[in-house]
Amino acid sequence: MPIVKAVTCPVCGSLCDDIELTIENGEIVKVKNGCAMCEAKFLSHRSEHRIRKPLIRKNGELVKTTLKEAVQRAAEILAEANYPVLYGWSSTSCEAISVGIELAEEVGGVIDNTAVVCHGPSLLSVQDVGIPSCTLGQIRHRADLIIYWGCDPWSAHPRHIERYTAFSEGRFEKSAWRGYIAKIRTLIGRKKIQSTVRRLVFKKPPEIKAQLEPTFVPSIAKEGRKLIVIDVRRTKTAEMADFFVRVEPGKDYELLQAFRALIRDQELEVDSVAGVPVGYLEEVADAMVSCDFGALFFGLGLTMSGAKLRNIDAALSLVRDLNMRTKFVIMPMRGHFNVTGANTVFTWQTGYPYAVDFSLGYPRYNPGETSVVDVLLRGESDAALIVASDPVSNFPRKAAEHIAKNPLIYIGPHMDVTAQVADVVIPSAMVGVEASGTAYRMDHVPIPLKKVVDPPRGVLPDEEILRRILTEVRKIKREKAKAEAA
Amino acid sequence: MELLIRNGFVYDPINGVNGEKMDIAVKDGKIVEKVNERRAKKIDATGMTIMPGGIDIHSHIAGGKVNAGRLLRPEDHFKDVEPKTAVTRSGVGYSIPSTFTTGYRYARMGWTTVMDPAMPPLEAKHTHEELSDTPIIDKASYPLLGDWWFVLEYLRDGKIEECARHVAWMIKATKGYAIKLVNPGGLEAWGFGRNVESIDDPVPYFGITPREIIRGLCKVNKLLNLPHTIHVHTNNLGKPGNYVTAIETMRCVEDLAEDGKPAIHITHCQFCAFKGDDWRTFESGAEEIANYVNAHSHVTMDMGQVIFTDTTTMTADGPFQYTLHMLSGNKWTNHDVETETSAGIVPFHYRRKSYVHATQWSIGLELALLIKDPWKILMTTDHPNGGPFIAYPRIVAWLMSRKAREATLKRINPKARSRSLLPSIDRELDFYEIAIVTRAGQAKALGLKNKGHLGVGADADIAIYNFNPETMDPSKKYKAVRRAFKRAAYTIKSGHVVVKDGEVLKHIDGATMWVDVQLREPCEIEVNENMKRRFKEYWTVEFENYPVSEDYLAVSHPIPVKADV
Amino acid sequence: MAEKPKLKVVLLTGRTIEQGVGKELGKSTREYVESVSVCYMDPGDMRKLGVKDGVNVQVSTAFGSVVVKAKKSLRAPHPGVIYIPYGPWANVVVDPETHGIGMPSFKGVPAVVEPTDKPVLGLEELLKQQFGKG
Repeated sequence: MPIVKAVTCPVCGSLCDDIELTIENGEIVKVKNGCAMCEAKFLSHRSEHRIRKPLIRKNGELVKTTLKEAVQRAAEILAEANYPVLYGWSSTSCEAISVGIELAEEVGGVIDNTAVVCHGPSLLSVQDVGIPSCTLGQIRHRADLIIYWGCDPWSAHPRHIERYTAFSEGRFEKSAWRGYIAKIRTLIGRKKIQSTVRRLVFKKPPEIKAQLEPTFVPSIAKEGRKLIVIDVRRTKTAEMADFFVRVEPGKDYELLQAFRALIRDQELEVDSVAGVPVGYLEEVADAMVSCDFGALFFGLGLTMSGAKLRNIDAALSLVRDLNMRTKFVIMPMRGHFNVTGANTVFTWQTGYPYAVDFSLGYPRYNPGETSVVDVLLRGESDAALIVASDPVSNFPRKAAEHIAKNPLIYIGPHMDVTAQVADVVIPSAMVGVEASGTAYRMDHVPIPLKKVVDPPRGVLPDEEILRRILTEVRKIKREKAKAEAA
Repeated sequence: MELLIRNGFVYDPINGVNGEKMDIAVKDGKIVEKVNERRAKKIDATGMTIMPGGIDIHSHIAGGKVNAGRLLRPEDHFKDVEPKTAVTRSGVGYSIPSTFTTGYRYARMGWTTVMDPAMPPLEAKHTHEELSDTPIIDKASYPLLGDWWFVLEYLRDGKIEECARHVAWMIKATKGYAIKLVNPGGLEAWGFGRNVESIDDPVPYFGITPREIIRGLCKVNKLLNLPHTIHVHTNNLGKPGNYVTAIETMRCVEDLAEDGKPAIHITHCQFCAFKGDDWRTFESGAEEIANYVNAHSHVTMDMGQVIFTDTTTMTADGPFQYTLHMLSGNKWTNHDVETETSAGIVPFHYRRKSYVHATQWSIGLELALLIKDPWKILMTTDHPNGGPFIAYPRIVAWLMSRKAREATLKRINPKARSRSLLPSIDRELDFYEIAIVTRAGQAKALGLKNKGHLGVGADADIAIYNFNPETMDPSKKYKAVRRAFKRAAYTIKSGHVVVKDGEVLKHIDGATMWVDVQLREPCEIEVNENMKRRFKEYWTVEFENYPVSEDYLAVSHPIPVKADV
Repeated sequence: MAEKPKLKVVLLTGRTIEQGVGKELGKSTREYVESVSVCYMDPGDMRKLGVKDGVNVQVSTAFGSVVVKAKKSLRAPHPGVIYIPYGPWANVVVDPETHGIGMPSFKGVPAVVEPTDKPVLGLEELLKQQFGKG
């Protein structure tokens, strides 16, 4: 049985590239080193929910068709449209994205990637403040303080902590996992004792009181790597942390500004901020300024709630300010495996990371106007091409409604929700499993994606499908120009 | 395809041609003795100036840092857009243009080869993806190796040959062209927010000094027989008093030079020619630097000329960029790369009325004019650090015309004007010398054998400018010079006419050059095994996912070199 | 008949590992649908509403109303906060307003939860109901 090593996992922005796959009869049968999502993804290439044949909507029903006809129909839709939307791109290769941008330019449409509904506000804030950051290895080698704010890597980036942060082994900093194991043991022991006591003494378990109380106050002063989690819920990641700060929903901005004041040695004239006693905040602020190298990771808990981009402004400013005291970096936890790549390719070709409008013949960028959700909410688009994304399942209903109304082309490997309401469905090879390419990790490190098995018969990679549509669009436009001239 | 360019005034310093009227024949992308006159496409260059295609030894046009700059500055792009045409892709400028626009804009000025000077090895694929998307021009990139842990460790242990072998591996793995050092030692220190203060200040935790790194890599460069010398961005860059560091840096490799050949390239020298103890006492150190360079033959350098405009500074020098951020209060991006290097980006506006900025403008020109041998000082703006490359026509005018310099001098900060050395300098470069500082000298310093000249066998990269040197005096008609260089009458790349009257006619791919260093047989396997063993410890990607395969290069142009190890 | 109890809450949406695995398995799989047509609630809140684990509840906001299964949160206590994983069910009730920056409000939407006898719609039924296609 052939084993393929050093395979890159095309699921989340951590882009773990140490996956080992066992291949049998052209199918992946075993996945080593990956998390649960990784395993599900690699095994899904033979799932019955794959689309194997192109589909086209006739009389309200999706029916099977040939690839040629599907490409032709897709090209007609795009060539006829005045203001098409080309959306998705975060779960495909940079090579496919590049063709997508060329297509958007050719048809004078709006091209946008999924950053618009995850870290779009982060990018806007970076454009305001800048961002002190680094690659993940820098954190592995040097960071003695790690903060996860508004993100839950245990659920969304399951191997982030072990590969890059608290539980990884670096040149100057060692893994903290032994300490964590010891902590868990005592915790389990303590819980057992508590429950025994409860059974003996009380009839009914007592209400949990003083929920604001952090569980491990002394550990903030511990030696070696420290892990702090700040979130509205006690997430799985929070349970691993040395210190957990529960912030009231929508109050992250206040908390960030409080930290900014504290690290400048200002005093707060209140007892608590965002539901957290100032005493705890002071301890965390002390840990921030006294570390040798701190790293703050933030997630959608910051970008999607309350002040949105102003939260990120404050977080970036906090970290920038911290560099006056020590070394500190900040990084968004990017979700889709190549959303960073989409931003990267968009930027080098058009100057802007997302929400690019080609309707005037050159790249124009004004999120809030040229961003896909806004275009849809205003009902302006008259066609849509979706690649490697599922907006009908991910967008607010009102925006999704307009996509469903548009002549809709869907390119992707699975029968997603968007595919079910589309007018043209073109199945594609799974990038990183059945097609090769390049993806960018959340820290902008480019990593190659491997083709380890063949796609279903007749199914092409996104890049190739898009190229065929582009060629067809150009042909239609040429003929139209000729007809007009005659 | 055959091409015959007739009757132009040709400036080809490598072949000693100085403004002679002659025809140039092109076939299959190369300069040839002659072509079939009837079949060949003819270009009438009567009354025009012909030079080899322009070369840029140091211009940040691609890769993670440049793109982080693009991302940081939408306001830079809003004011400068390029619509799509029937033959070209759309894009944006200004100081950090998108990739397509970068290629077109160089070609419009008659430049055909550009070196991106700072490639973080871990992110080399990114640099190459962007280079492949930069049309028309040929290009190459220098991997950043001055703070790579392997280099620091081997040099600390005195293992020069071992170091050379690993550097060879790296140049191949990254498809790189030359060894780049940026603030050697300082970037590793920046990993913990620190810096080194002089070339003898030890690097924290590594027990090595910048001097040892510079000397070590200079020796490595020689062992590997690389076409270019080490390419050095000095320590203390951008600090008053740093001209001393620059001279110490050049001096520290004096004994390593052989037969009068260059052993070191000091890049964007303007930024390390500062005298004074602080910003108040700041003044030009150009004279001191020029005196040293005039007396020594082991150095080449480029200007790093400042242009009065809004631009974006970006270097691998993380600590310097942080200082600039603190100084200007402008937004700041930092990107450190594990075990290798760092980077910083800060927008910056050079103002005529600022004493420091105006003095910096003067320093660049003073260096170019006070250094007697034009082969030693090449024209750059360190794009976009001193200003965007589209300002080259203005620099050409300043170099060729005292009148052009005076016109600008009149409008700068009065204190800077009164202290500037420029009024005391009469020298005006002629077209022959301009061809040296923008082409021939660049090619020679880079070791590019087929570029920078128009001899038989050279690449057919040719610029034709609408300026008649016989009837017009560039010293007086400097505005006509500027116009001519802004929009080349013709740019020919690999035998294709790609630009006519400043308009792009054709979108073609340029090649990416890289040095294919060949070690002595058994070493290669040994180094590979050693790298594989230590990889997981040093980086967060797998060994086999690290190297850049040739697929990443739209047109791959390897240059084989036999090493002495 | 006494009026059914209602509870004012703040709605958060986000990822769960089950949703992450489900989406990789395929959007029409049972695993996916079951992982995203749920609402994680604080046990105290559930007591107040008189709903048990696995019972259907209706979540309503200014933007729509959807029936999902109530689930006891493992991340409790978080009184007054409910959590629905990203997916077609959550999208019926989140706030589409982008406040001029392109990003809708997926977290922190004021909502009302109440017990209901209505069924949780399957994916196809939901699509038919919402978009008339599918």
